[in-house]
Amino acid sequence: MMPDQLLYALEVTLNGLMAGVMYSLVALGFVLIFKASGIFNYAQGVLALFAALTLVGLQNGQIPFAHLINAALGTNLHHFGWKLPALVAIALTALVMVGLAILIEKLVLKHLVNQAPIILFMATIGLAYFLEGLGDVMWGADIKKLDVGLPQGISETVESVTDAWLGYGFFIDRLDIVATFVAILLVTALTLFSQYSKQGRALRAVADDHQAALSVGISLRFIWVLVWSIAGFVALVAGIMWGAKSGVQFSLSLIALKALPVLMLGGFTSIPGAIVGGLIIGVGEKLFEFFAGPMIGGATENWFAYVLALLFLVFRPQGLFGEKIIERV
Amino acid sequence: MNAPSEGYITPDGRKIGGVLMEMKNITLRFGGVVAIKDISFDIREGEIRAIIGPNGAGKSSMLNVISGFYIPTEGEVWFKGRKRGPMKPYEVARLGIARTFQNIALFDGMSVLDNILTGRLTLMKSGLLSQAFWYGAAAKEEDEHREKVEKIIDFLEIQNIRKTPVGRLPYGLKKRVELARALAAEPRILLLDEPMAGMNVEEKEDMCRFILDVNDEFGTTIALIEHDMGVVMDLSDRVVVMDYGRKIGDGTPDEVRNNQDVIDAYLGVAHG
Repeated sequence: MMPDQLLYALEVTLNGLMAGVMYSLVALGFVLIFKASGIFNYAQGVLALFAALTLVGLQNGQIPFAHLINAALGTNLHHFGWKLPALVAIALTALVMVGLAILIEKLVLKHLVNQAPIILFMATIGLAYFLEGLGDVMWGADIKKLDVGLPQGISETVESVTDAWLGYGFFIDRLDIVATFVAILLVTALTLFSQYSKQGRALRAVADDHQAALSVGISLRFIWVLVWSIAGFVALVAGIMWGAKSGVQFSLSLIALKALPVLMLGGFTSIPGAIVGGLIIGVGEKLFEFFAGPMIGGATENWFAYVLALLFLVFRPQGLFGEKIIERV
Repeated sequence: MNAPSEGYITPDGRKIGGVLMEMKNITLRFGGVVAIKDISFDIREGEIRAIIGPNGAGKSSMLNVISGFYIPTEGEVWFKGRKRGPMKPYEVARLGIARTFQNIALFDGMSVLDNILTGRLTLMKSGLLSQAFWYGAAAKEEDEHREKVEKIIDFLEIQNIRKTPVGRLPYGLKKRVELARALAAEPRILLLDEPMAGMNVEEKEDMCRFILDVNDEFGTTIALIEHDMGVVMDLSDRVVVMDYGRKIGDGTPDEVRNNQDVIDAYLGVAHG
């Protein structure tokens, strides 16, 4: 029988891995857009928030812009009075995210072709604030409960099984287990898409060289819409997971900040990197809190990820899996 | 003009067909600068057509007009007997006009094989959904494309670097991979922007051989830009000579070689 301290550390590690999966889900969206267009999309977190808001709104039959309409017309509208099944609402939200991608390309990106990356980065900051405001006006600023039927609470199976085997019951959140499977599925699908599909190959081509991509008949605008649609879809998945965990609230857009150290660890251009980076940060911050936290007064989870990222910036700027920049002289 | 409308037979016995592409009175201005001034010429089915001229003559601009990277200020581009409207470069590529670049535009992060496969993107039919749900058909199509690509790889003698990331290759091989990618599209017209630039004598000879073989084997129509006179004269069936944005000569290599304006442009004119 293992000592309790070690078992507890193992449980912390497991929990860290699963928290890491949640970080990875957000980081994935960043990687997708960065790979294809070299844009660091500041709005990725807000995209997740917007997707979650839309999902809840559609599911509960909320009337979009109800406050605005009521204020302008003196009416008192709230809901259409229907409840949509979760899957229908998710499909509709995915369509909304595709529509959003088309609008972003038409209204923003199209006009910024050939601009410096910093200009595009600024544009995504603007986009982030715009979307946050739009989400607020459309669906209201209150904290919403997201219920798409994902299991909640501590998994009793895991607890009883580990208790029987090890004499120590592990506390694992059911939602975290689901999130892990969803992430595995998502990454497998994305990797297959990018490596083996026609559009995936076009996407990698665009990421590498715009001019060459044009010369082999790839439409840059189509690829951008495609990439932003996929990023929107990934944001939707992240929004569902985070929303189910901690409610749909505007602080959701801040999880984007936690994705930054994940990207610095994993590399900005690697899909597996986003996953591994997320896991390392998740486990790292839980274990550090567990071992070193009590010695230095706790609350290390707030800063651990950033310090780790800083170390990586110094010693391995391209991240664990990022493409090393090869330059022939 | 120098060629009869129904085509002609080259001295080495190749049969050249009718007009495939025709440039009519092309003018290209950037603000006040005139890069191309009222130039007309045609490209015939199966021929190797060169555009030559000293530096700054407007050769690259002309190639960019043909490939859709520039839209001419005035004039018309006719392709396969039809007038081509203003088009984006990717639309031109989908018409079957492939090109290479003077300073090489390859996908450095991808392998040689993947680079060449991107050349076939416009020929791939399976869409996103069919690839996801009907894997068999998509896989079969992929195999067919791979087969075609392998043929080109053999042809250009780059079998041993098939899996190498393009970013690691030396200059001469990169040029060859770029040619392979353009060929993979099975183009009606292949545009080569200074295919010999920056190469040593041996590499130049290789490239010459490949260009001739491509034309011979696949019957590909080729339009190329070069400023190395010697190379061009050996290679091409007909030559357009440009200087300061104007056309100063057009004809077979021999005709062009004996054209006084061309001699002046290349060797300079005695003033006085």
